[in-house]
Amino acid sequence: MAFWIASSPHNHVQSETSAIMRLVIYATIPGVFAQWYFFGWGNLIHISLAIITALVAEFTVLSLREKNIKAQLFDGSSILTAVLIGISLPAIAPWWITVIGASFAIIVVKQLYGGLGHNPFNPAMAAYVVLLISFPLQMTSWLPPLELMALPLNFADTLSVIVSGFTIDGYSVEQLRTHIDGYTMATPLDTVKTNLTLGMTIAESMESPVIGENFGVGWEWVSAGFLLGGLFLIGKKTIHWATPFSFLASIFVCSLIAFLYSQDSNASTLFHWFNGACMFGAFFILTDPVSGATSVKGRIVFAALAGFLVFIIRKYGGYPDGVAFAVLICNMAAPLIDQYTRPRTYGHNISPSKSGNE
Amino acid sequence: MGSVIERIKRGNFWTFHGGIHPPEQKFLTTDKPIRAVSIPEQLILPLQQHIGIAGELQVKVGDKVLKGQALTHSMHPMAVPIHAPTSGTISAVKNAVIAHPSGLSELCLFITPDGEDKWRERHICIDFNQLTNNELIDKIASAGISGMGGAGFPTQVKVSIREKIKFLIINAAECEPYISADDLLMREHSPSILDGINILDRILSPAYILIGIEENKPEAIKVLQQATAHNEHIQVCVVPTKYPTGGEKQLIQILTGQEVPSGVLPSSLGIVMHNIATCFAIADAVINDIPLIKRVVTVSGQALKKPQNVWSLLGTPVGFLLEQCGYANKNKKHIIMGGPMMGYSLPTDQVPVVKTTNCVLAPSEQEISSPYSTGTGEIECIRCGQCSDVCPSQLLPQELQWSAKAKDQPQLEKLNLFDCIECGACAYVCPSQIPLVHYYRVAKSEIRTQKQLDIKAEHAKVRFEARKERLARDKIAREEKHKAAAEARKVRMNSGTPQAKTEKSAVAEALARVKAKKAQQTKIGDSVTADHTVTPIDVEQKSQVSAAIARAKAKKLAAQQNIPTEKSVSVDTTDDIAIEPVNDKKAKIAAAVAKAKARKLTEKSNDTALATNKNTLDDNTVISKQVEKSVDDKKAKIAAAVAKAKARKLAEKSNDTALAANKNTLDDNTVISKVVAKPVNDKKAKIAATVTEAKASKLAEQQTKLEST
Amino acid sequence: MSVLVTTLLAILVLGCMALVFGAILGFASVKFHVEGDPLAEQVDAILPQTQCGQCGYPGCKPYAEAVANGEAINKCAPGGEDTIKKIADLMGVEPPPLDESHDTDNSPKVAFIIEEDCIGCTKCIQACPVDAILGTTKQMHTIIADECTGCDLCVEPCPVDCIVMIPIAKTPQNWQWDLNNIPLVQLD
Repeated sequence: MAFWIASSPHNHVQSETSAIMRLVIYATIPGVFAQWYFFGWGNLIHISLAIITALVAEFTVLSLREKNIKAQLFDGSSILTAVLIGISLPAIAPWWITVIGASFAIIVVKQLYGGLGHNPFNPAMAAYVVLLISFPLQMTSWLPPLELMALPLNFADTLSVIVSGFTIDGYSVEQLRTHIDGYTMATPLDTVKTNLTLGMTIAESMESPVIGENFGVGWEWVSAGFLLGGLFLIGKKTIHWATPFSFLASIFVCSLIAFLYSQDSNASTLFHWFNGACMFGAFFILTDPVSGATSVKGRIVFAALAGFLVFIIRKYGGYPDGVAFAVLICNMAAPLIDQYTRPRTYGHNISPSKSGNE
Repeated sequence: MGSVIERIKRGNFWTFHGGIHPPEQKFLTTDKPIRAVSIPEQLILPLQQHIGIAGELQVKVGDKVLKGQALTHSMHPMAVPIHAPTSGTISAVKNAVIAHPSGLSELCLFITPDGEDKWRERHICIDFNQLTNNELIDKIASAGISGMGGAGFPTQVKVSIREKIKFLIINAAECEPYISADDLLMREHSPSILDGINILDRILSPAYILIGIEENKPEAIKVLQQATAHNEHIQVCVVPTKYPTGGEKQLIQILTGQEVPSGVLPSSLGIVMHNIATCFAIADAVINDIPLIKRVVTVSGQALKKPQNVWSLLGTPVGFLLEQCGYANKNKKHIIMGGPMMGYSLPTDQVPVVKTTNCVLAPSEQEISSPYSTGTGEIECIRCGQCSDVCPSQLLPQELQWSAKAKDQPQLEKLNLFDCIECGACAYVCPSQIPLVHYYRVAKSEIRTQKQLDIKAEHAKVRFEARKERLARDKIAREEKHKAAAEARKVRMNSGTPQAKTEKSAVAEALARVKAKKAQQTKIGDSVTADHTVTPIDVEQKSQVSAAIARAKAKKLAAQQNIPTEKSVSVDTTDDIAIEPVNDKKAKIAAAVAKAKARKLTEKSNDTALATNKNTLDDNTVISKQVEKSVDDKKAKIAAAVAKAKARKLAEKSNDTALAANKNTLDDNTVISKVVAKPVNDKKAKIAATVTEAKASKLAEQQTKLEST
Repeated sequence: MSVLVTTLLAILVLGCMALVFGAILGFASVKFHVEGDPLAEQVDAILPQTQCGQCGYPGCKPYAEAVANGEAINKCAPGGEDTIKKIADLMGVEPPPLDESHDTDNSPKVAFIIEEDCIGCTKCIQACPVDAILGTTKQMHTIIADECTGCDLCVEPCPVDCIVMIPIAKTPQNWQWDLNNIPLVQLD
């Protein structure tokens, strides 16, 4: 018979960090499904590849750091990072892009800074930015939606393109991206940007086949999928509503002001919302607690800043989309934001209306 | 204030930040009445059961005590007396494990009940309205009542508040899971509770009395509402169930919308809070003259067959209560005193129930898993922020945790660590299973200790500086005195009188003496250190002291013996040879040798260059001493002669500073004197002995000097 | 000519600028002069003030002054690692390990005189840096425990070894939530 000693509280809510990670991974399913439906098997292949790479990288570093491998390897954080990288890559990017990206995210961005909970930057976005800057050609080879493609693309073809750069029938990436009418198709955001530099108005750009009836064939549905997943996470209280709300509101306000200022040179607010990584970033990237701000006020400021930066980069920057850059810049600002958005502790600086008679 | 009351009457309360909803588990005990348990075989009463200080013991071992008899007494306002829970004998007064998370022992009274349960004389007060406020407070104080909700603040302090009281809040929230002691008490004893509230009303005369109760106690709410229906003055406030509503600051915020400023007592806002069980105890004390000797304890948990609320005498070991309720866990015991959120584990089931014990929890292993059986344990914080979402004090638990791990005390204080009420909500929700509250507790106690150390250090610094100043002052004063004396002498000497002349010559003589002495001292060694303060005491008086010194030196020797040096070895050899002839009185000599060695080894630590020289002198002393002791012995006479020869020669040689030569001569001498000593007859030896005695006394003087170095 | 003029002009302009900036800097250094805590004072505030002399200096302040003048910062035995770390932070250096010649045990202690052995020699009184020992010649001495810094200095001078250093006991009041060292009662 023995007694044991523990510090209170003795009971504990049955939630674990790994459960949170798992839930977030499940929440990506609608978006990933939309990606598969509109853009083929590419992203699923990249996700699997990224998961394998991330686990291997994590295992290597953890064993080098002599950490508890069993507990930390499967806490879900590295798998989530891998999933996010796989989602954000172009569908037919070569396989080594994923391998480099996932390894960089895990080894450099996460583990070299101290592992889970210590990374100042979002690993997935840091890896994405590194890839985008290092391999601009591969990283901008976006596949048009399957329905617009001149050539059919099945699972075997996609795998072949990712591994060797050519389909089984010998078509190159460039050929795959070519429209029936013979020109290379870009993403909707890219199309709008390029057309603006060519002197075309937004209205004219909207005629482009990649944009389709609404805001971009396929893209709008992928965004809607992530929105759905994100709302599910908010419903489950896994992520706080403040971050995505503030981020989307910020983009909405910025783009609305610009749109009202000049409708010819500025896309509509909903176009901004449902294109690129906007929804994905709002619900899955900015909500990363490790690299974000902590308090509710802090999260609002953090996400609003990110939204503003995304708009600025989309409008004036060299890249068509800017979520990754905006996230990294905000990651850097997060400690400062935390510093200035500390909540008022109970019993401190009580406002006169609270302390006096009401 | 009017609007506050209106809002309360509408039942439209405020809320506090955060809070959690842990599984309540109150159903285990709420369906059964409070049970009276039998008197245990032994009662253990810690002298201190509350915040403050313990009273003075009034009884001793073997005393017969009556039920309700005061066992401690103190005039201090923060001291609360304890009383005998039943009649019996004081069987022991000793340290025992107290009801404290540390599991440390403190002074406890052990009472063996006689089973008669015989009361002391009681004075029942039929109408408390006839008593003055001071009499009421006195009754509360002498009944030993301290807060029964958990903290245990002396109640008499809380009822002697001078401030004008707006709200008297009765805390019946009982927000911790499992605990239903207050719930059952309200259901079964509402008239007494109401009496208690009325007594508090008399003493404090508040503008309003609010009873804060969580909505998960419908029966108790009904009973209270019925009991207070005719009284507009008392308002039963049913608040939503949320942990930690029962926290003093939180309940004040819920009921009045006010925040208690940090570091300030609620009475500064005109608010006083008492626990509902305290009200019952007050009524019992004032009306029935029953001091606080029993209380309702929830004995709960799934490891029990019959979880139930019990009337427990203070001092009952929790093991006895668990046994009464059918404790089933035989292997691993996890017994918690208090609720699962803020209670603490007990290291033994012999811990007694005290005034603040509202619950004894014995969970099964599935219910509250052991810290050793949980799978992953603590992992890194991912800054999810759930802890700050639930913190009722609106702190930033995750930042506090980092600072606590880094022991960054200034940052911890900046983050208002001391506003943490240790409710455990943050650790409850933490997905990384970080024992946050534990980190805060450690950090808090470290900061408190550090503050005390800082105060002590500052104090020591002041004392050190003061001492330095004093010493400097003394020195200056002494110097000035000397200077004045010297000048006075000079004036006298220069006056030219014959008296002055003799004085002059006396001074010259003294100077010469001093010079001679100095020369001698230089020979002995320049290792004279600061503590040459031993005043010359005559030999007889000194013997006692030197005996003590010898004892001490021997003690020191024991520590030093494992570091002999070359020199000490050579000296030892000489010593042994010299002693050989006198080995008759072995025991005596052995003692002397030990002494000598001790002294030598101590001195060895002094200046090494002159060590040999000193040791030589030392040897002489030792030998002479031995001789002294053994003069009457026949054989010793021979030894005395040896010693004599040695002493003389060594005395001659001791002026020789050449180290090697000295040593050689020493060895030679020994050999020679040995040879010489044998044919010497008794008569000669006698003479020699007397001579040696004289020499020894001379050497003893030198020895004194050496001792002082 | 133009080269010469240009050169001279450049020298003149730069000279004027140097003069102006120098004046501004000089003014600023006088105007915004900060009477900072001298380093020795700050170090002294960190030291535990036991006045034990284990560092080789007669008291904490002399050691603080020595540290300010470049003495090693790892000589304070009573302060231990914590104090070294604090001084290292203050001086902006890496905290070195505690000087090897010192005891690593710096748990708080208080001196105690075994009174039956005391001969009343007053040596300890003279050694005590904080005047925490009461007594006079040939009278039994005693230690004011609250004032004792546990510096150990009185132990050595005592001729009869009647002073011992007693570790300060753990009480529920000064307990630091060390759950791992709770004595568990093992039944059976």
